[in-house]
Amino acid sequence: MMNKPISRRSFLKITGLTIAVSATPFGYNVINASAQKDGSFKPNVWFEITPNNRITMTMGPSEMGQGTHTALGMVIADELEADWKQVKIMQGPASEAFKNPVFDDQITVGSASVRGFYEPLRKAGAAGRAMLVTAAAQTWKVPEEECTAFNGTVKHKKSNRSLTYGQLCLKAAKLQIPKEPRLKNESEFRYIGKPVARVDIPEKVSGKAIYGLDVKVPDMLYGVIARPPAYGAKPVSFDQKGAEGVKGVRNIIPTPMGVIVCAETLDGAWKGRDALKVQWDKGSHPDMNNDSIEKHFIEGLDKPGVAAKNVGDAKKALAEALKKVQATYFVPFVAHATMEPMNCTAHVQKDRCDVWASTQAQILSQIFASQISGLPMDKIQIHTTFLGCGLGRRGAFPDFIVEAVTASKAVGKPVKVVWSREEDLKYDFYRAATCQRIQAGLDSQGGVVGWSHKVACSSILKFLNPEWITKEGVDFFSLWGIVDAPIPPVFSHTAYEFPNFYVEQYLSDLPIPVCPWRSVQNAPNAFVVECFMDELANAAGKDPVAFRLPLLKNNMRARRVLETVAEKASWGKAMPKGKGRGIAQHACFGSYVAQVADVSVNEGNGTVKVDRIVAAVDCGPVVNPDTLKAQIEGSVIEGLSTTLKEEIKFSNGGVKTANFDDYKIIKMSEIPEIEVHIIKSNEPIGGIGEPGVTPTAPAVANAVFNATGARIRRLPLTPQTVLAAIQKK
Amino acid sequence: MISLNVNGKNYKVAVSDDVPLLWVLRDYLKLTGTKFGCGIGECGSCTVHINGKAERSCTIPVGKAQGKKITTIEGLPENHPVKRAWIKEQVVQCGYCQPGIMMQVASLISSKPKPSADQVINAMDDVICRCGTHPRIKRGIKTALEFMRKEG
Repeated sequence: MMNKPISRRSFLKITGLTIAVSATPFGYNVINASAQKDGSFKPNVWFEITPNNRITMTMGPSEMGQGTHTALGMVIADELEADWKQVKIMQGPASEAFKNPVFDDQITVGSASVRGFYEPLRKAGAAGRAMLVTAAAQTWKVPEEECTAFNGTVKHKKSNRSLTYGQLCLKAAKLQIPKEPRLKNESEFRYIGKPVARVDIPEKVSGKAIYGLDVKVPDMLYGVIARPPAYGAKPVSFDQKGAEGVKGVRNIIPTPMGVIVCAETLDGAWKGRDALKVQWDKGSHPDMNNDSIEKHFIEGLDKPGVAAKNVGDAKKALAEALKKVQATYFVPFVAHATMEPMNCTAHVQKDRCDVWASTQAQILSQIFASQISGLPMDKIQIHTTFLGCGLGRRGAFPDFIVEAVTASKAVGKPVKVVWSREEDLKYDFYRAATCQRIQAGLDSQGGVVGWSHKVACSSILKFLNPEWITKEGVDFFSLWGIVDAPIPPVFSHTAYEFPNFYVEQYLSDLPIPVCPWRSVQNAPNAFVVECFMDELANAAGKDPVAFRLPLLKNNMRARRVLETVAEKASWGKAMPKGKGRGIAQHACFGSYVAQVADVSVNEGNGTVKVDRIVAAVDCGPVVNPDTLKAQIEGSVIEGLSTTLKEEIKFSNGGVKTANFDDYKIIKMSEIPEIEVHIIKSNEPIGGIGEPGVTPTAPAVANAVFNATGARIRRLPLTPQTVLAAIQKK
Repeated sequence: MISLNVNGKNYKVAVSDDVPLLWVLRDYLKLTGTKFGCGIGECGSCTVHINGKAERSCTIPVGKAQGKKITTIEGLPENHPVKRAWIKEQVVQCGYCQPGIMMQVASLISSKPKPSADQVINAMDDVICRCGTHPRIKRGIKTALEFMRKEG
């Protein structure tokens, strides 16, 4: 038989109703993409209804446990009036089509997935529903008004007829997309606002879910890297022959990241790395250790900085104030410590490059893979697996992808780069350390007349994107929660208003790399601001809630979470000896959270036990209340871990911390009761992955003050730190 | 050649006897449900059952696992009370540590069908979950125990 030339018509064969959303920061379009595909080219779509009565939804954001795939699926399914059982959710590839309008990038950060896609996806779902109803009305030749969509079928009550979405999809695919489809009223929601079970959980429970580290590609080599023990250290010598003599070792590749050893087995690669016996020079900061780092930040407070905010005249107001309060706080570097260590598998070929990774940043990964492989962007396939937690580590500079692509290009085979836990902790881009001094003045009524705030901190943008540092030299990412960035996107919403307000920033030049860590700097900054608020309330002789409320007079949402949590936690009730209660609030990523912590403090040894955390949350409309609760519980627990335990240790110009035996993460016996109260709110939708982590540390530290009268101005609240503060009091 | 019995099946693997059992399960037997978290037995992501007892596969040389009955998360039946409880209580977030945690729980409740609150906390203090699923792990354990009681 002769080969028939393929006609354009056959390329455009319609296989179902496909609705896509194209979104930018300036708006979005809902598109009927049914006719835009063929057998070989699959457009990136949000959902497709096929004649087998299945609905396949393809998601741009990464699933790292935050429940995004389920939540976005619920939004579409609800407006589409789909049967949840028909729905299958797939992870999408890297594509412009999946850019989140909050960032104009395909990146799962900033608690932005549901925030960015809620409205476009509702509209897309509603458009699909309207088209299916039209298709049914045309089939039956009845007015559309007589047809109703319900649970995956369109019904005509009068004639008792019904057709499934599968039966209607090909006809609907030929219709124009309605411009303004009717969105449901809240009372009509069948999934939004209900605790729908997460779609990814059964697969994860079975043990069959595939994470980056589980990827296997035929003929793959394993790559491990001998990395410098100190910042800036270069290899002086290494035993290439010795390493090559190890069974299975295939390639030794010196790179700027370190020396990559590729082998047929992981065991071989690790043994090969041991045999390399790399000798390193001392690096750029051979004397750097914890003491020198803390001293560096404290000294930064007295070095000239750059004004980030200047309202009124804080200096004058402070000079004239009836009462002045001053305090200095320090928050150390902490690690992301995702349970899945960094890893990536890459295969660079002549005409394409495949990357399998647990990544939060598909397009950024594509850019780096393109640069290293020399292939154009459209030849780079990013296969996103499940993520063994992200926390921001997998959304910034994709070092693990750079390494795998570099190795694969060098050896001409697929390479899986595997990090050990030690590497994961030693070569993290940490949560930025920060040292801050606040001076504030009070009037006779206990009102704050002036607030002057100096911040000495690591610069997140220096490592993330130096172009975003303002021309004056301000890194607003490091100031979230103290001042709002003057340009969108806005990720923090400073709650309080002061008539005279001055913020100055000094950026550290230490070589320790940092990147966003769940909430970015909102959590460390909230610790400082909310603890200092407690100090001011105490100085003014006022209750911490009563003191804050007038300062929030123009901020209804902040007041409401504060008042709600106070009521739910029986704020104001006397605590028994040895116990204390503290409160804090913070807003970021469009959501407001307040927490009350109850603690028991052993004044003999400085041990703090957190007994209970009560949280109140206002994130606007709630898609999945069970996921929201899980996110707040998780945020509180991670917040507690950094409050009580976590700090990276440095020595000899590098990281001393090695593994979970010297970097302790909170465990079951330290977990308090956690209550989450969701406030019914019609405010704009906010994110929920990060805000819950922000009030935990200050609420706990304020509770310790309440219990002991000792003010802790440094994280973590280790027994030594707490005991020292109690003895100093 | 190493002989292993995993999830009721016999395997022969050409691997040096000092390689940790974890990597043999993952890289040679393709049982990737058992996870690598720390490599020093601190976090519990790699927990499997050896002769019915929860053990850290990252610190056990594969040679030492010969002749023993090894069970991984894939070998825990889908209708096992712990697996069902984990779905019912929506315990999981990222899920990476959960296979190890479920194996830890399965071992705990099979040896102690009526564990005290302290016994539960002690057993779970042996594992790390970065997502903070602890309150739901507690709920999951309760539910798994209820399933066991009801179903005998």
